[in-house]
Amino acid sequence: MTATRQRRLDWRGLVPVVVLLAAWEAISRSGLTDTRIVPPLEGLVGLLGTEVAEKSLLGNLAASIVRDLSGFALGASLGVVGGILLGLSPLASALLRPSFDVFRQIALFAWIPLIAMWFGIGEASKIVFVALAAFTPTLINTVEGTRSASATLVEVGALLRYRRSQMLLAIYLPAALPSILTGVHLALIQSWLATIGAEYFMTAGPGIGTLIIEGRDRFQMGQTVLGMILIGAVGFLLNRIARAAENRLLRWRTA
Amino acid sequence: MATISVPDRPTRARGIQFAPPVRLIGIGLLVPLLGLAAWTVGARQGWVPPQILPAPQVVWDTFLELWQSGDLLANTLISLQRVLFGFAAGASLGLLLGTAMGLSRPFEAYASVLFTSLAQVPALGWIPLAMLLVGIGESLKLIIVAVGTLVPVAWNTRAGIRAVPSGWFEAASLWRYSRAQVVWHIVLPATVPQIFVGLRYGLGHAWLALVVVELLASSEGLGYLLVWGRQMFQLDVVIATMAVIGAIGFALDAALAAIERRLQRWQVASP
Repeated sequence: MTATRQRRLDWRGLVPVVVLLAAWEAISRSGLTDTRIVPPLEGLVGLLGTEVAEKSLLGNLAASIVRDLSGFALGASLGVVGGILLGLSPLASALLRPSFDVFRQIALFAWIPLIAMWFGIGEASKIVFVALAAFTPTLINTVEGTRSASATLVEVGALLRYRRSQMLLAIYLPAALPSILTGVHLALIQSWLATIGAEYFMTAGPGIGTLIIEGRDRFQMGQTVLGMILIGAVGFLLNRIARAAENRLLRWRTA
Repeated sequence: MATISVPDRPTRARGIQFAPPVRLIGIGLLVPLLGLAAWTVGARQGWVPPQILPAPQVVWDTFLELWQSGDLLANTLISLQRVLFGFAAGASLGLLLGTAMGLSRPFEAYASVLFTSLAQVPALGWIPLAMLLVGIGESLKLIIVAVGTLVPVAWNTRAGIRAVPSGWFEAASLWRYSRAQVVWHIVLPATVPQIFVGLRYGLGHAWLALVVVELLASSEGLGYLLVWGRQMFQLDVVIATMAVIGAIGFALDAALAAIERRLQRWQVASP
């Protein structure tokens, strides 16, 4: 809500940004530091040009995004299906939920060594890892949402002798939708994080994470900073898209 | 980044709300027990090679061995120390920044663009840059853990202060409260719950960031133990370490949750 009010850019916000950039430029030009560590700003812009033109920056970016979305699609759909199952069946929930709750305590990135040993360091490993990152929040929120269906509506459905599929489509899913979308939104953010992490550790193949690590190994600060900016920008856009989609899909609630 | 600190909140309370009927609780053990049995038999019959999945007995023995040799404890203590120092630094900075942005509109006008842009890059993204700037020593871990903590803490603190009804501030100015009194008597009590939400996310992010940075660049700590196990093709070490990481992650969150509950009780007591 505050975001819309502050949408208009306040010039004061630019002051520290300009100061920071000026300090950067000054340090770079002072000759006190190696220009590979603190490259001048125009060098950074030039780098963007050469990276795009020659070294397939866009190719790396595309590879990361495709990887991200494939893993996300896999993990989130499994999460929704699993969440509906656990949400609707007390038996399934009692059987599986405790194990799931134990496993999700393990910090996400601690899975990487195990996944790398099981699936190699190629594409399969990365997608499995991204899917794992997307699966957990989707499942949790889908269970939550499915259980939030109003008991009265469920009774009405029973009175009308709805079949299982009708119950699911007409009663449970609409009730669960807001929560499912929250889960999917969170999953989208998590999978982008996981994509970068996977690329850090499994450096085979193109990707933004690979680019950043390469920049560090070669002491090319410019390349690393460029990669960071891209991580932030893509994360920001994914977040925006998810929020817009959420608002759109939930418009019927307020209408 | 703001949204990261919002969504998985419903997960917290769920265990209480939807506890399965008592007779069903026992069967939650069924799946792990069956899994363990299949794992044991599979390993014994040689269905899966030990490089892919070592037998449970081997993992357990490795765990005991690591424990008795003191390696596990030493590495755990190092990781815990790093996460607590980094968290303390990040949380203090985050609280300061969040409070300043929440209380002072001009400060927020100056700081928010820079803060919001920097907050878009997750802690993970800062690691290579920080490695270039400070090397791979102890300060790297501290910085990354602090960055992971700072963003959710600052964000939630600011949001908490913004949510204080403006009438309360008006009342305070009628009573001629000083700025310190406003913060102490009005802002702080009203924002404690939201600050705790931020702290909890902060600690979660701190732990996650620590594991990543230890995996990437460390010669001690639990993350290093994972990398070492993998390099030696000793999955038993990897799995035992994962279990410890899970247990600590759970304990850290449970500790903050307990403090949070205490504070909320206090809040209800003195409205």
